[in-house]
Amino acid sequence: MLGHGSGGRLTAELVSKVFLPALSNPLLDRLNDSAEVKVGPSRVVFTTDSFVVNPLRFPGGDIGSLAVNGTVNDLAVVGGQPIGLSAAFILEEGFPIAELKAIVQSMRTAAERAGVAVIAADTKVVEHGKADGLFITTSGIGVVAGSIELGPERIQVGDAVLVSGPIGDHGIAVMSAREGLEFQTTIVSDSAPLNGLVSQMLEGGGTIRCMRDPTRGGVATVINELAKSSGVEIVIEEMAVPVRHGVRAACEILGLDPLYVACEGRLVAIVHGADADRALAAMRDHPLGSDSCRIGTVTRSGAHRVLLRTAFGTTRLLDVLAGAQLPRIC
Amino acid sequence: MKFLDEFRDAAVVRPLVEQIRETITHPWTIMEVCGGQTHTIVRYGLDELLPREVTLVHGPGCPVCVTPIEMIDLAIELSKRAGLILCSFGDMLRVPGSTYDLFDARAVGADVRVVYSPLDALDLARREPSREVVFFAVGFETTAPTTAMAVHQAARLKIPNFSVIVAHVRVPPAIEAILSSDDNRVQGFLAAGHVCTVMGIDEYRPLVEKFKVPIIVTGFEPVDLLQGVAMCVAQLEQGRAEVENQYARAVRNEGNIIARDLMAEVFALVDRRWRGLDTLPKSAMALSDRYAAYDAIRRFGLTQAPANEPIECRAGEVLRGLLKPTQCPAFGSSCTPDHPLGAPMVSAEGACAAYFCAGRLAAVSATEAK
Repeated sequence: MLGHGSGGRLTAELVSKVFLPALSNPLLDRLNDSAEVKVGPSRVVFTTDSFVVNPLRFPGGDIGSLAVNGTVNDLAVVGGQPIGLSAAFILEEGFPIAELKAIVQSMRTAAERAGVAVIAADTKVVEHGKADGLFITTSGIGVVAGSIELGPERIQVGDAVLVSGPIGDHGIAVMSAREGLEFQTTIVSDSAPLNGLVSQMLEGGGTIRCMRDPTRGGVATVINELAKSSGVEIVIEEMAVPVRHGVRAACEILGLDPLYVACEGRLVAIVHGADADRALAAMRDHPLGSDSCRIGTVTRSGAHRVLLRTAFGTTRLLDVLAGAQLPRIC
Repeated sequence: MKFLDEFRDAAVVRPLVEQIRETITHPWTIMEVCGGQTHTIVRYGLDELLPREVTLVHGPGCPVCVTPIEMIDLAIELSKRAGLILCSFGDMLRVPGSTYDLFDARAVGADVRVVYSPLDALDLARREPSREVVFFAVGFETTAPTTAMAVHQAARLKIPNFSVIVAHVRVPPAIEAILSSDDNRVQGFLAAGHVCTVMGIDEYRPLVEKFKVPIIVTGFEPVDLLQGVAMCVAQLEQGRAEVENQYARAVRNEGNIIARDLMAEVFALVDRRWRGLDTLPKSAMALSDRYAAYDAIRRFGLTQAPANEPIECRAGEVLRGLLKPTQCPAFGSSCTPDHPLGAPMVSAEGACAAYFCAGRLAAVSATEAK
């Protein structure tokens, strides 16, 4: 079912019941954004991701730039600098060459921006009706500097939860383009390569425990993943979560919660509590992190859950959704 | 955001809570009718703020929750027809029928689509003239006018391949049923503000007179709901029972005349079985004789087969305010949003899903203890 691809509980179920039993190994089982392998003295990270976005173009990007940024970001959040990408294209018969050219050019521009190149590629064409225009799968390899240690197991009580900018821009930009929803201002996807921002954080941001890019399932889902894999309770302050006016308006109209809407150029970082200001300063010093802010705290161990404190001081569970968010009826 | 921030302002909420505390001397049970209101209460933890004398119970105003299982079965059955496109609102696709839901039907090849408005389904019918497009119309009086408009337009533009399954229902018969039942414990209502933007408030006056309960037409933001509770508590404490309009920024006494006129033209009132509330007289809408040609049930010669709710699911009692979701033995164990037994566990507006997804810590701990 489509919900199995939503990033929510159904996706987790598919991974744990189908993929892990067959493919299990210590590297995959960590379910990190990228897997790290030792090659001689080097720490090499490797990741892969498929892109099936509809529509192929949306304000702020297209499937090409998204496929580059998405893979660069999966490498970046584990501390990797990208050294090369591969791209595999599945084309539906009849897909216009001019459109493909534009998308490939956009990949090139995105790759240049991230300081990486597409160094391997593959093309397949399927019959008309067997694919939705164009699907792209990108994989990436990167290297991690020797001193960098990141991972959810490093999270400790008292740590601060930071986000690098307003959330939900990408998800709402794509949904608006797909459904033809028009708002007073055009909502532009945040799709961007985060490796530059991450480098800056790792250099001057103090003790960074771990990072994630909140793509499918949004900020709420990745923070839940972190809480679960590190066995801590995290409290998010609802009022501190940055959401742009237009995204909030769209979410209000559609009955969606921005905490579950995808970002493609944001990261969530968990940092040592005492270093929160230092990390924020390093993040704000980068153009892609200028609106960074603190949204929560790791409050205790042994709880595996995320709580949301509302404007009124009440607290509720912030859970993972079963599948995709559904627009409500009225 | 304008018209929202001021109604979510903690500085306004606190004095309202204080006001309720100062007024209240007796325990009172108040039902918020609409699932959207339930969602706000749970999402913002408003019931934690209220004095313990106020018990909020959650009403039947979740459109997908009260849609009878046999109508969902009909929609699923219809979706399997070759070449047919079945459209509905997103929430509806995950509600289980007797055996499976519309998402399951889609996964095995049915063309089932989410639309934001029935007019989108009508557009689809115009773009795909060779295919039958059926809109599965659910919701209360809030969404019924948009269905009425789609059918009216289809007739005006002579679009032959568009039809609807009308499952629209009305709020007043549900309130009457709750108040008439022997085990009723609801002493005051927060009526669904958006329903009243369409219908106005006059149809609630006979209920107030007959049953001597206050009905406050209430909005959906935290300040709205607390104001509604404050107005209701004030009436209860003073022994008054009147219709009052808290949501005056959206609701006029007469409602939306254009929408009402269109509904009166397109729909006829019929008896219908509700999930959890049995058959309620004149509680639902069906297409009027004039528009009968757009009735999908008639067009495709469908017959409703009787269907049974899962025995474990106690949604009926939840929808009548007799049971809190967490008091249901299936809550969080055999019934979760991933594998819902009943509709209230599906929609964000369903009381069970609201408790599960945005559940307060008490609710969570209760489940963990099971």
